Amino acid sequence: MSEATSSAPLPEAAGAPPPVKTARLRTALLYPILAVFTALVIGAILILVTDKAVVNAWLNFFDDPMGTLRLTVQTVGKAYGAMFEGSLNIGGIIRGIGAALRGEGTRQLTIALVPISESLTQSVPYIFAGLAVAFAFQGGLFNIGGEGQMLVGALCSVYIGFKLTGLPWFVHLPLAMLAGMAGGALWAGIVGALKSYTGAHEVINSIMMNWIAIILSSWLLKVGGPMARPDVPVTPPVLPTAWIPRLFDTPGNRFHAGFFLALFAVWLVWWLLYKSTLGFQIRMVGANPKAAKYSGVNVKRLWIIIMAISGSLAGTAGMVQTLGVDRWVGVGFSSGMGFDAIALALLGRNHPVGVLLAALLFGTLKNGATRMQSVAQIPVDIITIVIALVIVFIAAPEIIRALYRLPKTSAEEGPVFTKGWGS
Amino acid sequence: MAPVLELRNITKQFPGVLANDHINLTLEEGEIHALLGENGAGKSTLMNILYGLYSPDEGEILIHGQATKISGPTDAIRQGIGMVHQHFMLVPVLTVAENVMLGEESTRGLVLDRKKVAAKIRDLSQRHGLEVDPDIKVENLSVGVRQRVEIIKVLYRSANILILDEPTAVLTPQEADDLFGILRSLRDQGVSIIFISHKLREVLDLADRVTVIRRGRVVGEMQTAGASQAMLAELMVGRQVALTVDKETATAGETVLSFENLKVLDNRLHVAVDDASLEVRAGEILGVAGVQGNGQTELVEALTGLRTVQDGKVFIAGQDVTNASPRKITECGVSHIPEDRQEDGLVLSFPIYDNLIINTYYRPPFAKGMVVNEKAIVGQADGLIEEFDIRTPSAAVPVSNLSGGNQQKVIVARELNRPIKLLIANQPTRGLDVGSIEFIHQQLVHKRDEGAAVLLVSAELDEIMGLADRIAVIFKGKFTAVVDADEVSKEQVGLMMAGNSLEEALANAPKRTSKERDIVT
Repeated sequence: MSEATSSAPLPEAAGAPPPVKTARLRTALLYPILAVFTALVIGAILILVTDKAVVNAWLNFFDDPMGTLRLTVQTVGKAYGAMFEGSLNIGGIIRGIGAALRGEGTRQLTIALVPISESLTQSVPYIFAGLAVAFAFQGGLFNIGGEGQMLVGALCSVYIGFKLTGLPWFVHLPLAMLAGMAGGALWAGIVGALKSYTGAHEVINSIMMNWIAIILSSWLLKVGGPMARPDVPVTPPVLPTAWIPRLFDTPGNRFHAGFFLALFAVWLVWWLLYKSTLGFQIRMVGANPKAAKYSGVNVKRLWIIIMAISGSLAGTAGMVQTLGVDRWVGVGFSSGMGFDAIALALLGRNHPVGVLLAALLFGTLKNGATRMQSVAQIPVDIITIVIALVIVFIAAPEIIRALYRLPKTSAEEGPVFTKGWGS
Repeated sequence: MAPVLELRNITKQFPGVLANDHINLTLEEGEIHALLGENGAGKSTLMNILYGLYSPDEGEILIHGQATKISGPTDAIRQGIGMVHQHFMLVPVLTVAENVMLGEESTRGLVLDRKKVAAKIRDLSQRHGLEVDPDIKVENLSVGVRQRVEIIKVLYRSANILILDEPTAVLTPQEADDLFGILRSLRDQGVSIIFISHKLREVLDLADRVTVIRRGRVVGEMQTAGASQAMLAELMVGRQVALTVDKETATAGETVLSFENLKVLDNRLHVAVDDASLEVRAGEILGVAGVQGNGQTELVEALTGLRTVQDGKVFIAGQDVTNASPRKITECGVSHIPEDRQEDGLVLSFPIYDNLIINTYYRPPFAKGMVVNEKAIVGQADGLIEEFDIRTPSAAVPVSNLSGGNQQKVIVARELNRPIKLLIANQPTRGLDVGSIEFIHQQLVHKRDEGAAVLLVSAELDEIMGLADRIAVIFKGKFTAVVDADEVSKEQVGLMMAGNSLEEALANAPKRTSKERDIVT
């Protein structure tokens, strides 16, 4: 307009973008890392106070101060050492590479790779389930029904997997996979449709659909049930033509191609959310449904689509576990993974890459916990507690901020320009 | 005698913004002191410092000549400073008395002493002409009365410095007049008042002195007695401002929007628009005048596909669009500036460039098939930011970080940037400062001159009088009259807004004078 309005910097404008952006990145990375670290420290304290020998040593601290400290460090070291050896085994891998370079063959290396492969394998369903929740969150919907959708996905894929015979793998496997995705999509789509057409809240209905899926599965899978074997309450095994191929033939290495499907899904969800017009609508509905309606988005139809896509991701979580790892389904199939997925979405800040990192962490911790129990006799529940603590710290960043004396970022204190109509 | 309140060299820096730059302000006992400035000039920041919500980077606050620190709202009240916010902080299901004592309950043992509080409220109410019944529930009160409850809350806590943040933004003209009466009475009894506003006429009308701030700095301080609107506007905006709308006589063409016997329900399923019919022609601005809450919101929502039409027909450019989807109506060549910019018009967390395409994201060049074309989206933003004078460091800033005026400009830029046949603008300048109002008015007239039909809904009678070529008066969901703007005076329209018929209004109010289209702020 005139020269008076074009000069910079303008106080009209809010915080300049660079500090805001770095502050965001900082909170996105720093806080989860500190949360995990703090949770592991508290986990260590729990390991110590539940260890009789350590407690006794501390009660008689002045008898042998050095010995007490040594025992303390040793106990924690043994527990977490076992956990990292059982989940990553970096030392073993390095030794294996050394052996291979010395010309002693690759056998030692392939065995050393088992723990990390297993961690990745266990991460795969977490990645899909976490993506499912994060995707729905971006559209403003709280899909708490991952558990049921996973189960339905697993059941659909296993049914195609054992029932259809005589098909070549390149027909059978895709069919079984699609069945799993479709099952999850349908299960969640019902919730979306109920919300759109009757106004029923998706949280209530997705919980109800969980129960329906669980009860349905116990009927289907009871001994002699429609999908079970006559002698045990599990389905017949999936035929090899519907297996997701495993990539190593070392005994105990279950790493399968589903991991790459998961990486592809991370990219696909990212692309859908941030690069497609569908994602634009989804994020708009998530951020302000009234504005979405104003701008011409068919919000009701979109709710169904969001839930169906979210459900197909959760269904895929059940499907990859079934076709890639278990190759059969029994009662109690997913045991809480659908709920862990909510934590994953929270930890990953609803961003696909964040979810990927969080899922890798969960898979690693869960896998390491098993080893920790067998080697150091530390109950796996410690890791459950550690995971729970991580979630608490992520949900309440004030705790982390207070613990590490982090300053409030400037972005958080910014000027209030939005409080109402005036200045 | 020392002034009641003195702010010295108050400075507050936010990332990228110097919100307050060595501001000085003196409040004498028993005066109404207006703080005038555009949106984003730093008025609210200053008051939040005074109220203890921010701590200043530099400078000091003196109360009765004594330097003091204010650590928070409770401390501010303890020191005699009370604030009435734009958005009321009341609990609707509680009574007036309960709201007033909230946080400072009078008790007899464990029982609330409602009687004592009610008596004190009655006393305050009588002394200042507030007329508030302490036993009525807040949810049953009109906006104007709720505001009085806020004032009582502050007086109840014995504040002698009263800060009002844009108090008239939510009031009807009548309610605003009542408020001014109350404030004058308070002043006469020794209360000192800081009145934050960007409305020039109010400031001249009410305040004894005025401090003008622009871009965080004090640019003028004077007695209102010698000041004029033009002078204050120039100080506030930093350049000369046209207070009147320049426009040629309309050359109306064919009918673009028409609706017949329209019936629409409000959220409580009561009839909000009742048997309304109207035609809006190309090249004219039709102003819908009416006190807020007479069915304007529902009418606009029905016309834009956001609310179900119960009965009647809507035609746009000859096409029947009764109960068509918002998308279909947009594609008929309709733009809509919604009443509530933050609720409906913007996705606050999205950057500016995304907000500029929320209703065209699916069309080329912003989309190729299913793929969004970021280059095109970001590319058009810079041009629009310049053309529509949106003040921001970059197009990537979330609109939540913009001031109200700039948020509105984002919407106006989006809605006026495509070829349209019809513009529906509901309260397009509500809560905006003079500079932004001037700009948006020019844009509306510009669209009219390009041949678009414009339906302007506004509760500001001045805005209707200044812009409209024809005026339709809405009262309780019915159009009581549709007249040429040249044929009626402001007073006559005002009478019709209160429910009088055209004949009554013409008979009982002064006729239109030669230059009715005057000040529009």
